[in-house]
Amino acid sequence: MEFPIISSLILLPFVGSLFIFFVKSNKSNNSIKYVSLFITLANFILSIYLWIIFDKSSSNFQFVENREWLMGLINYKVGIDGISILFVILTTLVTPLCVLSVNSTIKYKLKEFLIAILLMETLMIGVFCSMDLVVFYLFFEGGLIPMFLIIGIWGGERRVYSAFKFFLYTLLGSVLMLVAILTIYWIAGTTDIEKLYEMGISSEYQKILWLAFFSSFAVKTPMWPVHTWLPDAHVEAPTAGSVLLAAILLKMAGYGFIRFSVGLFPVASEYFVPLVYTLSIIAIIYTSLVALMQEDMKKLIAYSSVAHMGFVTLGIFTMTEQGIEGSIFQMISHGLVSAALFLSVGVIYERNHSRIIKDYGGLVSVMPNYAVVLMIFTLGAVGLPGTTGFVGEFLILMGTFKKSFLAAFLASIGVILSAAYMLWLYRRVIFGKLEKSNLITMGDLNKSEMLILWILAIPILVFGFYPEPLFNTITQSVTNFLDMYNSNIEIYLANKE
Amino acid sequence: MEYFILFLPLFASIISGFFGNKIGQRKSEIITSSFVTISAVLSMIIFYNVLVNQYENNLLIATWINSGSLNVNWSIKIDSLSSIMFVVVTLVSSIVHIYSIGYMSHDPHKSRFMSYLSLFTFSMLTLVSSDNFLQLFFGWEGVGLCSYFLIGFWFKRDKANAAAIKAFLVNRVGDFGLALGIFLIFYLFGSVNYIDVFNQIYLIENKNLQFLGLSFNIINLICFFLFIGAMGKSAQIFLHTWLPDAMEGPTPVSALIHAATMVTAGVFLVVRCSPIFEYSPIILGMITVVGMTTALFAASIAIVQNDIKKIIAYSTCSQLGYMFFAAGVGAYNIAMFHLFTHAFFKALLFLGAGSVIHSFNDEQNITEMGGVYKKIPYTYILMIIGTLALTGFPFLSGFYSKDAIIEFAYLKGSFLGYIAATIGILTAILTSIYSWRLIFKTFHGNYNNKKISFEKMHESPAIMLVPLFVLAIGSIFSGYIFKDIFFDTTGFNNLWSSSITFLEPLSLEHPPKWFILTTPILVILSIPIAYYLFVINKDIPKVLIDANRPIFLFLKNKWYFDELYDFLFVNPCKKIGYFFWKSIDNSTIDKFGPDGISILIKKISNKAVKFQSGFIYQYAFIMLLGFSVLLTILIIN
Repeated sequence: MEFPIISSLILLPFVGSLFIFFVKSNKSNNSIKYVSLFITLANFILSIYLWIIFDKSSSNFQFVENREWLMGLINYKVGIDGISILFVILTTLVTPLCVLSVNSTIKYKLKEFLIAILLMETLMIGVFCSMDLVVFYLFFEGGLIPMFLIIGIWGGERRVYSAFKFFLYTLLGSVLMLVAILTIYWIAGTTDIEKLYEMGISSEYQKILWLAFFSSFAVKTPMWPVHTWLPDAHVEAPTAGSVLLAAILLKMAGYGFIRFSVGLFPVASEYFVPLVYTLSIIAIIYTSLVALMQEDMKKLIAYSSVAHMGFVTLGIFTMTEQGIEGSIFQMISHGLVSAALFLSVGVIYERNHSRIIKDYGGLVSVMPNYAVVLMIFTLGAVGLPGTTGFVGEFLILMGTFKKSFLAAFLASIGVILSAAYMLWLYRRVIFGKLEKSNLITMGDLNKSEMLILWILAIPILVFGFYPEPLFNTITQSVTNFLDMYNSNIEIYLANKE
Repeated sequence: MEYFILFLPLFASIISGFFGNKIGQRKSEIITSSFVTISAVLSMIIFYNVLVNQYENNLLIATWINSGSLNVNWSIKIDSLSSIMFVVVTLVSSIVHIYSIGYMSHDPHKSRFMSYLSLFTFSMLTLVSSDNFLQLFFGWEGVGLCSYFLIGFWFKRDKANAAAIKAFLVNRVGDFGLALGIFLIFYLFGSVNYIDVFNQIYLIENKNLQFLGLSFNIINLICFFLFIGAMGKSAQIFLHTWLPDAMEGPTPVSALIHAATMVTAGVFLVVRCSPIFEYSPIILGMITVVGMTTALFAASIAIVQNDIKKIIAYSTCSQLGYMFFAAGVGAYNIAMFHLFTHAFFKALLFLGAGSVIHSFNDEQNITEMGGVYKKIPYTYILMIIGTLALTGFPFLSGFYSKDAIIEFAYLKGSFLGYIAATIGILTAILTSIYSWRLIFKTFHGNYNNKKISFEKMHESPAIMLVPLFVLAIGSIFSGYIFKDIFFDTTGFNNLWSSSITFLEPLSLEHPPKWFILTTPILVILSIPIAYYLFVINKDIPKVLIDANRPIFLFLKNKWYFDELYDFLFVNPCKKIGYFFWKSIDNSTIDKFGPDGISILIKKISNKAVKFQSGFIYQYAFIMLLGFSVLLTILIIN
């Protein structure tokens, strides 16, 4: 048997967290930080290795592991294809940065915090690798718990309220999804995705099942109008929590839409396209306008995340190659950009203990290096050509245009608004005269902050100019996925007649 | 060689931007200026090659986006159109680079400034050298970004920051149009490469698209969207409001970006897409109307402004209007010709104004100047040359290009053409008046500045004046030398064969003599008139103003466009955003959603608690009640 590389990826952080659990925590002892950093870095290198040996010309699942589990009823089946591999790499890239950022942001219970982060990593990688609905569900919902704890324990003043809001929203959707998964097992006799793809689910059940999955994914994306947990969760979460939430957790839903909603229920997906379009476009315009008026930086970025994820859902349901590839690309891009933006807010929050935009102004005079990197991230969020944000957004809009002129037209307005709120934010924080006396003593980025932020800035620029390596990886799988989708729809239409 | 033209400015920008502090400001100035100058020399060589040897090329640098049927490359396309733009961009840019060394000598952030200038040059070159719409869009947004950086260069000034954002956002509205145009093109042709699109355009001549229940001709729609993009970038009426505000940036920036190069990108786009626009007479008509309206409207505002840079900015706006109406009547080559000559004299005027501002220690109000022509003679003469060229004084560059535009509008023969020609002449007179007003108020009359004494006035250093001489030479001779090359659209070896499409060849006739002579005569006559009005008898303008107060205020406040837009767009957006946030997110979704549910659960559990009273007789009573209900149901069944 081959070396179980996927399972190693999933389990490595878990083992690390066990290890830390048994280490005696001690304030002066930095070793737990180094251990977690080492483990997450090793995981990152492993995932890059995986990317290198990944066969880009094949659309099949690769490195599949299939083990019996639960008396043979359900199998532990994991593997990756072109759609999922980039998300795995995104996760393994962002987690070490979170560990690095812990240095100064977490003042108490450091050991527990690191354990939570490592557990999160295990669960998130698991989500992107699962090839069985039950396994997926376990990882997907398991991710709730460490996040709930991160917000509830290490959060700001209103952390309990936010944590419960987060929990209430997400749990509601998950219950329905669980029922749907049980139903699928009852109908089809299996929860193995590959088998389900082959068999197809009879179209009479598809709509109700689609809605059940949708309720879970829509909350996590989040789509309008179930987005209100996100700003609160972000505001209260510690920096590392916000980063994981924005960069990875939101992507699990987008990924779920592609893999499960569209993949398993093509007929229903086609039927519900207008619903998704409407909600996505409302999300794009509505939340952009709300973002414009925010006074809290983290809230502003949280609202902008909703708008950016609106593009993602829009792109996925265009069912065109540009739309879906654009959505995957946009998710990766948003993962990098939003992580970077939250880290950047963390940098000044730590120095001045305020997230309110009004408390800043003229920072460029004292923090020139910070101004440069923040500009790169701002431009990434604005979607300027030369950053990854542009490639994703533009492809999505191109794909949308093929299907609906009106949808593309309205979504394009969001592009204007995103420039408005991001540049206005940047201006109020960075430019202007340095008038507030407490800002004058603020120091520029230290070495570890420089490192963290540039690690994110470089891929944003490189893949903005040369996205080919990423497209190379996803193209085959997406093409094949769409072929499958289209043939399903054709069969359905033929049967109907 | 093409690679060097494109990438030298980029390298210069990176070196000066990231390593400026290490290598020192002087070195970054030298590196950026010399790199861009080399690029300019190479551009001229290429242009010469194109002129003489009909050299053409399309170099592929790398793949950019490759998704499904969408294949886009980074490329350099060399043809007559792009080579002309290369020369204009790199030449003016190198001159501005050198000039900036003097102009910005007191600024602590010189290397950052030079880096932005070089980056702008690079972006502009990618825009013009593109062989597809997406790279064009890249350059399009790239120049917008650099313009944003440079307008807001003095980041401590609130006004500069506001102007920078305004410029970016208004441009984004235009970009929104351009993007929709590109989507539509991709949707129809499955490609965004010029060559694929232009070759297939005739296939869709009569197709329609349904939108909101209305049916639109597709070519008209494409052209409409592309033109919206062009309007944004070239500051045409309705999307012009950012340009005057952009004068908050340093003056060299105004000369390079907001006069000679970036703002002409819209004209370039229309000319580049002439194979599409030729199939859409309706939109060409619209371009003519927009162009001539802008020309007249901007000139009317320029007459009453007092800020030296704003006057020139409105003048730019107005001249861009000329270029558009030239393109609108189908004389694309003439539009390019005016773009070419305009780059020289407008850059000259701006840099000259910069020299004036420099001498007056950053004073920009022309009512605070006056009588200094003897103190700063070189600047004075150079400004006069620029003004003569701008107003179309015979045999200077503006004369050839502007009069050609008016003539071609006339030759178009249509009703619209005649109106355009009339408005062209009217605008030429206004142009002459406001330009001479600027000259006379700045250099003649009494000295009005209270801050610095007349004796302390000094001429600018040589590093600022020498670049101006180069531009002055261009302003004088570029029209005469290049007129035949630009006019020739029919000959076998003509310059334009590969880059501009004419469905119907341009008219070769000449308009009647009286018509040709009208404009120059009026332009010359207006010089003494302006002298009389603004130097000798200053009471007349005052009387005029007092008599027509409402009109004056209307012009002075720039037709109230800013106020209108605040009222229509800016404030409603803010209000709606606030409403969505407070009233919908917080008071509706949260109130009935999570908060509502948690309150509901609390209430229910409070009620439920009351059932557990602990008294046995209550429990027994409820049991009895339940039992009897069950029994009743059983009996009834």
